[in-house]
Amino acid sequence: MAMNSTGRPTAPAQPLDPGADLQTFSGSRGLAQVEPLLHKVGSPEKCGVDLADVPNHTARLGNLKRQNPVDLPGLSEPEAMRHYVRLSQRNYAIDLGLYPLGSCTMKHNPRLNEKLARLPGFADVHPLQPQSTVQGALALMDELSHWLMAITGMDAVALSPKAGAHGEWCGMMCIRAAIEERGELGKRRRVLVPQSAHGTNPATAAACGFDIDELPADATGRVDMEVLRRKIGPDVAAIMLTNPNTCGLFERDIREIADLVHEAGGYFYCDGANLNAIMGKTRVRDLGVDAMHINLHKTFSTPHGGGGPGAGPVVLSKRLRNYAPVPYLVRDGQSLALVEDEAQSEAKPFGRMSAFHGQMGMFVRALAYMMSHGSDGLRRVSEDAVLNANYLLARLSDEMSPAYPGVCMHEALFDDDFLKDTGVTTLDFAKAMIDEGYHPMTMYFPLVVHGAMLIEPTETESKESLDRFADTLLALAKAAKSGAAARFTEAPLLAPLRRLDETRAARSPVLRWQET
Amino acid sequence: MSKLYFTEDHEWLNVDGDTAIVGISTYAAGQLGDVVFIELPDTSKTVAKGDDIAVVESVKSASEIYAPVSGTITAANDALEDAPETVNDDAQGAGWFFKMTITDTSQLEGLMDEAAYAEFTKE
Repeated sequence: MAMNSTGRPTAPAQPLDPGADLQTFSGSRGLAQVEPLLHKVGSPEKCGVDLADVPNHTARLGNLKRQNPVDLPGLSEPEAMRHYVRLSQRNYAIDLGLYPLGSCTMKHNPRLNEKLARLPGFADVHPLQPQSTVQGALALMDELSHWLMAITGMDAVALSPKAGAHGEWCGMMCIRAAIEERGELGKRRRVLVPQSAHGTNPATAAACGFDIDELPADATGRVDMEVLRRKIGPDVAAIMLTNPNTCGLFERDIREIADLVHEAGGYFYCDGANLNAIMGKTRVRDLGVDAMHINLHKTFSTPHGGGGPGAGPVVLSKRLRNYAPVPYLVRDGQSLALVEDEAQSEAKPFGRMSAFHGQMGMFVRALAYMMSHGSDGLRRVSEDAVLNANYLLARLSDEMSPAYPGVCMHEALFDDDFLKDTGVTTLDFAKAMIDEGYHPMTMYFPLVVHGAMLIEPTETESKESLDRFADTLLALAKAAKSGAAARFTEAPLLAPLRRLDETRAARSPVLRWQET
Repeated sequence: MSKLYFTEDHEWLNVDGDTAIVGISTYAAGQLGDVVFIELPDTSKTVAKGDDIAVVESVKSASEIYAPVSGTITAANDALEDAPETVNDDAQGAGWFFKMTITDTSQLEGLMDEAAYAEFTKE
């Protein structure tokens, strides 16, 4: 037995069993602390701050005066802090491990981005400051615009959209404005959307008042050109195409698709969510695209989902640049200015998307990422993203069933054929991944593939990380096939919470906390 | 005498003369998984074949229900709004979506009967 210099044992003589049966007095398990809801931590009677009563004042709120207490729990700063930190420790995050959510490009968020975004000249400016005092911030936006246009070859960029779907809306509103100016809004009603497009695409077209016409996928997972040729016509406003599409495949006929739509007088909206696969390799302009959003929170490594706000700038072709929303940047000699007023615009902006110019913090991070990689580095990003996805596709194909033959782009798509007759569904398989310490992949999407599992590793995973992930999935697939269904249908067994009843959550949602 | 038809979009129609009861097939309900929400068409609405007129949402996905033939909606199964699980329990019975009068019964000719649909879903 190991002993230290005073002869005291350095480890327990009989290591305890990992504590499976030990019931703790506090309810916490080791350092995994029990965390009740905020309503149980604080109470409405408590107040976390010490505010002096205001003497001799007259309330001028009139009708706006609060009639009933709001019953929010009062909390001290440490109570509130600990609550959220404890919850965050039960969460999965890109800073903790591989996050294979397909079509989401969950790549590492470099710390350099964070350092630069915290520079006071960027972090502490206010959107209502005089523009003469924020010339550096405007110059950064101008530089970012330059890079986005250089990468895509497009003619203009609208920076204000705040997410992918917001960007889609911006692009489609530009298209709508262009059609309206041609006096054709009454007759151009249809927007073609392939089955392999992002789910937000048809929603965006519908929100802009168009009718959706779905294009089926062919046997290779790409747009069925026969059907497209049949459906194209003078009533088509636009096509909304995702490229690479959500099957992880490059739309090989994209030039012909663009030509067909243009010849019919329509516009080509490209969903740029998967730009990470083609950046520096394919010039978007050359594909015939009229509008495309770029998710800075995917391709350009700014925090994603719960980690921070998104940003979805839209690049526009010459045909659409005039309709870009306010505010937009203009250069006046040595200085930059934001055109805020539609009436003062020399173009024909369709309107305004948001109160201010967009997500400054994301602009800083995205530009930091671009400049630290350089043009050669960004091209390498796409190459490595595609290489990593194909490495997983090749390794996982030993036990899992690829949805389509051949190589993929930046994400690998599997169907549930390998689970046939095992009693294990895609959902069960995904839940078992949680027990193995991985966030599940995107599942049941795209809809064109039965029981779809869409895996996007991104370029920031090392070969060792990919191998660990592949080994785990291969072992799970083998277990499912060898009849160990229970470890799947009961999963997750080891997570802080077991399988949640998502059916009941959707059918009878409880949207307000209530004392139980 | 009513007759049962199926569409390639996995809807069934129970047709009696020029009226039809429409729902989604047992096979489709099984594929969708637990149904959690249903949006039904307004009654007296006139629809053309292929129009999307209802929505069925499950834990896996949201899908559109298309008008299988042209006609006018005469009734909607409002009970589904509070009990969407009926679609899983009895898709081709109590889980019906809407009733309609058919404008042109010749549109039924392109649809499948029960045996053809069973073959169709085997693929």
